[in-house]
Amino acid sequence: MAFGAFQSSAPPGAPVASAQVQRKSPVALWLLLPGVLYLVLFFVTPLFSLVITSFEEPVPGGFMGEFQTGFRWENYVEVVSTYFSHIGRSFLYASLATIFALLLGYPIAYVIGVKLRRYPLAQALSLVLLIAPFFISFLLRTLAWKQIFSDEGFVVATLKTFQLIPSDAYLTGTPFSVVFGLTYMFLPFMALPIYTTLEKLDLRFVEAGGDLYANPFTVFRKITFPLSLPGVISGTLLTFIPATGDYINASRDFLGATDTAMMGNVIEANFLVLQNFPAAAALSLILMASILVLVTIYTRRSGTDELL
Amino acid sequence: MRGLGKYLLWVYAGLVMMFLLIPIVYTIVFSFNDSRRTNIVWRGFTFDNWLTVCNAQDVCSAFGNSVLIAGVSTVLATAMGTAIAIALVRYRFRFRQATTLLLFLPMATPEVVLGAGLAAQFLQIGAQKGLVTIIIAHTMFCISFVVVTVRARVAVLDPALEEAGRDLYGSPFQVFWRVTFPLLLPGITAAALLSFALSFDDFIITNFNAGPEMTFPRFVYTAAARGIPAEANVIASAVFFAAIALVLVSQVRAALKRRRLAIS
Repeated sequence: MAFGAFQSSAPPGAPVASAQVQRKSPVALWLLLPGVLYLVLFFVTPLFSLVITSFEEPVPGGFMGEFQTGFRWENYVEVVSTYFSHIGRSFLYASLATIFALLLGYPIAYVIGVKLRRYPLAQALSLVLLIAPFFISFLLRTLAWKQIFSDEGFVVATLKTFQLIPSDAYLTGTPFSVVFGLTYMFLPFMALPIYTTLEKLDLRFVEAGGDLYANPFTVFRKITFPLSLPGVISGTLLTFIPATGDYINASRDFLGATDTAMMGNVIEANFLVLQNFPAAAALSLILMASILVLVTIYTRRSGTDELL
Repeated sequence: MRGLGKYLLWVYAGLVMMFLLIPIVYTIVFSFNDSRRTNIVWRGFTFDNWLTVCNAQDVCSAFGNSVLIAGVSTVLATAMGTAIAIALVRYRFRFRQATTLLLFLPMATPEVVLGAGLAAQFLQIGAQKGLVTIIIAHTMFCISFVVVTVRARVAVLDPALEEAGRDLYGSPFQVFWRVTFPLLLPGITAAALLSFALSFDDFIITNFNAGPEMTFPRFVYTAAARGIPAEANVIASAVFFAAIALVLVSQVRAALKRRRLAIS
């Protein structure tokens, strides 16, 4: 959805796509200038600020949070060695959440986009339900899970009654609850782009597969899934990227504990609490660089590098 | 076997939908909880929280800030984003690749990096953090989403309509306001609503650039450590009902319009 829209051609199904003649005119400059300038000032320059900050050194004899320009590359070595486990956890939790969100999101996108086509009203209503989570504070929704999973809560009590977990077990503050929360938070981001591609899926291809004696599984593997791939790629990126940087679910006040902290948590702590700005900046840049590398490999592998 | 498979798919999809909706229902139900200090255990049904929302300290001012920030950022981002969307579809210009990359990257950057970057910049230039810095940050991350949304609409807009306007001696200004803008309005409205929702619910970028200023998500985050007052649930539920009503009305209207077109 989001990424497909940046392809240079008009979206498929655009009725007047051929009539879109692109002119050269100074008007273009005036249309582009404010927005582009804005993004240069408040998106590109901050990235340079991060680079400068990440090399800063403490002022000799200064107070906490006092730094001066320098070239202290050791900052990077220090954050990697200090926060190695946090970096690993971020990518592990985000990958798990992406896989679970795909396993949960694809079927629901399929049901709404394909199975419900004959019932437009039901389709429209299901779509509203799918985007409903966007309209209610995500922090409160995450807290709702915390309370549902709390030690006095219904879930833990039931599991204990059936002796599925030991009587001293708990669910909040575990890697399980963090991955659960991440999966929940980004499920709509996964399902919506997949829905957009499946909704346009030409069912005649599926019928043709059946006519050629392919079983439903083969039809799915060879026809439906490949045709929905652009949606799957957008969905996985829209889940994985924000999930690696998330610090709500892994936060102690929400679904995490100290030993589930992710990169986002240490960036926040270093920047806003410890005032160790260089460490926070170095970690942010490491996070961004790793994501860009992973995303590039991923999109190349899936054979859709035109997405960028 | 095949019939069973089909049945399973429906059940599975139904369960996923329940999974999505449980926390929403939970949040709404607990806005009616007769809670005293913490809103964790169910103590009975009451309307009191709804009638005296602003009694809980700071909830309403945080909510007001959030609405103000979302409103201003939405106007700014929608104006700049719409202009870019028109330029991308209609005009040829150099650095097109660089421009698309510049628009794509903010969406592919984790919020914590966007937040820390802006905060580092504000720190370097010694800017005081507050409402203005939050609005600057929100406008920044909304622009790309506006471009994506409006662009799809510009792409299906027939240029012949604008040409007709020009043939009838409309000035470029007149053609834009009388032809282009009304035709793009559904796309622009969708983009503005998306911006508003993104800004209103943003926490991570806001937290880095808010300074002492409270927004609704920040209020919830700081209250989480000591227990969320039920009034926060009231505000979130009220926003939810308003948004759902808006979406339902527009969906039904679109469905009716499609039906009318199908008949005629």
